[in-house]
Amino acid sequence: MNGVWLMAGITLREAARRRLLWTALGAAAILLAVFAVALHFQMLEFEGRPMSPFVRYQVESGMLMIGLYTCDLLAVVMTILTSIDTIAGEISSGTIHAIATKPLARWELLAGKFLGFAGMVVAYVAITFAGTIAVGYALTGALPEHPVRGFLLVTFECLLVLAVTFYLGTRFTTLTAGVAALGLQAVAFMGGWLEQVSGFSQSQQIVTLGVATSVLMPSESIWRRAAFEMQTPLAGSLSFSPFANVSIPSGAALLYAGAFTICVFSAAVYRFGRRDL
Amino acid sequence: MNGGPAVPAVENAIDTRGLRKSFGGRPAVRDLSLTVRRGEIFGFLGPNGAGKSTSIKMLLGLVAPSGGEAFVLGAPIGDVETRRQIGFLPEDFRFYDWLTAIELLELHGRLAGLAAGRVRRRAREVLELVGMAAHARRRLRGFSKGMLQRLGLAQALIHEPTLIFLDEPTSGLDPIGRRMVRDVIRAQRDRGATVFLNSHLLSEIEVTCDRVAFIKDGAIVASQELTAAGGSETRLVSVRARKMPDAIVSQLAGWTPHATVDGEELRFEAVSEAVVPAVVRHLVDVGAEVFHVSAEPTSLEETFVRIVGEDRGL
Repeated sequence: MNGVWLMAGITLREAARRRLLWTALGAAAILLAVFAVALHFQMLEFEGRPMSPFVRYQVESGMLMIGLYTCDLLAVVMTILTSIDTIAGEISSGTIHAIATKPLARWELLAGKFLGFAGMVVAYVAITFAGTIAVGYALTGALPEHPVRGFLLVTFECLLVLAVTFYLGTRFTTLTAGVAALGLQAVAFMGGWLEQVSGFSQSQQIVTLGVATSVLMPSESIWRRAAFEMQTPLAGSLSFSPFANVSIPSGAALLYAGAFTICVFSAAVYRFGRRDL
Repeated sequence: MNGGPAVPAVENAIDTRGLRKSFGGRPAVRDLSLTVRRGEIFGFLGPNGAGKSTSIKMLLGLVAPSGGEAFVLGAPIGDVETRRQIGFLPEDFRFYDWLTAIELLELHGRLAGLAAGRVRRRAREVLELVGMAAHARRRLRGFSKGMLQRLGLAQALIHEPTLIFLDEPTSGLDPIGRRMVRDVIRAQRDRGATVFLNSHLLSEIEVTCDRVAFIKDGAIVASQELTAAGGSETRLVSVRARKMPDAIVSQLAGWTPHATVDGEELRFEAVSEAVVPAVVRHLVDVGAEVFHVSAEPTSLEETFVRIVGEDRGL
C-alpha cells in the first residue's frame, strides 16, 4: 500500500503543477466574477420592483443554481482534461517504464494515480462551490438547501468521470481517449436535458432515451440529483426552470452510478494489469 | 545457451526457455532461450527489429510473453517482490520534467522500497556517481539528453539492485560520459551485481562484457565469451597452401562453422586455439603444401556482421 500513497502524492503534485489546473481555477474565478456582477445587477433591478420576498428568494436561489451548474461543468471538463494523459500519455512516451518496473503491482500504480486526481477534484470542487455559494450569499442572502449534499454529489460525479477517463486511458491513445471521454459526457449531458424537456413534451420515448443515456453514462443524472438537493422545493417545482424537478434520479439511480464507477475502475485495473507497456 | 533448465539454477540471474511474443499474430520474439549467470556483464546484441526491446520488456514484466518460460533471480518474470532487486534504465529515459534531480531520485528510491532516511543518502551518492551532484536542485526540464541519461542510470542504481538492465545506456553521452558508464558498470560487477546490457555500440560491449548473445529475427542465434582483454576468443585463421583439395571447405565442417577458399588462401574461424593445429594436420594429411599460417582474434563487429548478415534497413 505504500506504493499507492507514493503514487497518489506524486500525482497530486503533478496535477498541482500543471498549468491546466490553474487555468481551470482562473476560468472559475472569471466565471465567479461574471456571476457576481450579474447578481449585483439583478439585485439593483429587484430594488425598483415590488416583489414578494418569498418569490424573490426563489429567483435568487435559481440564479445561484446557475452558478453552481457552471462549477459542475467546469469540474467535469477539468477532471477529463487533467487526467486523460496520465495513463495513455505515459505509456506512449515510455515514462511509465521506469515506474512499472518498480516493486509495486499495477493496481497500486493505477489506484495511486486515481487517489491523486481524486484529491485534486475534491479540492477543486470545494473551492469553486465554496466561492460560488459565498458570492451568492454575500449579494443575495440565498443559500442552497443542502450545500454539503450538493458538494458530495458533484464530487461523486467527477470521480465517476475520472474512472471512465482512466479506463479509456488504458485502452486508447491520449487523443482518442480524450475524444471518447468528452463524447460520453456529451451524450450524458444531452440525455439529462432530454429528460428535462420531457417535462414539457410528455413524451415517454424521450424519457426512455434519457434513461438509456443515464445508464450508458450516469454522470449527468448525479448532477440532476445534486440540483434537486440544493434548490428550494418551490424553485424545483417551477417547470420553466432548467433545473426543475421533472425527473429526479432516485437513490437506486445513485447506487447504480456508484456500482458503475466501481465496475469501470475495476475494468481499468484489469485492463491495465494485462496490457503490454 | 539453448535448452536452459526448466527449474532455474540459483547461480543464474536469468533463465529463459522458448520465450516468445507475438503482436497481432506477428511474431516479435520467436525463441528466446538464454542463461545469464550471476555476477557477469552480459551483452545483448542484434540488429534493429530483431526483438531486443521486446525481450527486455518481457524479462522486466512490462510485456506478457505469448509462450515459453522465464525466471529472473529465481522467480517467474513479473514477480513484484523480485523487482526490489532489479534496476532498469529504459532506452531514451524520460520522466516528469517538473521534478528536480534529487526529487526524482528520492521518488524512485522510495518506490524501490528504500526507507526515507536511506533514500536521501543514496540519492546524493548516486548523483555523485554519475557526475550530476552539481545539478541536484535543478529541474529536469532544462536538462540535456546526456544529463537525463545520467539521471536515468542513477535511478536504476539507487537501491543497489542485484540485477541491472541497461538499454542503450550510452545513448546521448559524450566520450567522457561513455567512460563514466563503463566505469559504473564494472563497479556494479565488482560489488557482485549482474548487468544485462543492450547497446548498439559494439566497441563498448567488447570492452565491457564478459559474454554476449546475438538475437536475430526474434531468436538467439549465437553466444560467445569475450576475453579479459576485450574481444572474442574466436580466431580468424588464414592459411596459405598449395594443392588443397576442392572439397576442403566441406571437409573442415567439423572444426569450423565458417570457411572460405580464395586461390591459395584458406580462411576459417577457429572457436579455440586447438582447432588451428588440427586443421593444419588435416591439410597436410590430404596432400596440401602449407607454407604460412596466421591467426588473429575476430572483432565483435566482424562476428556481428557475419551472424546478423546484410543490413536490411529496419
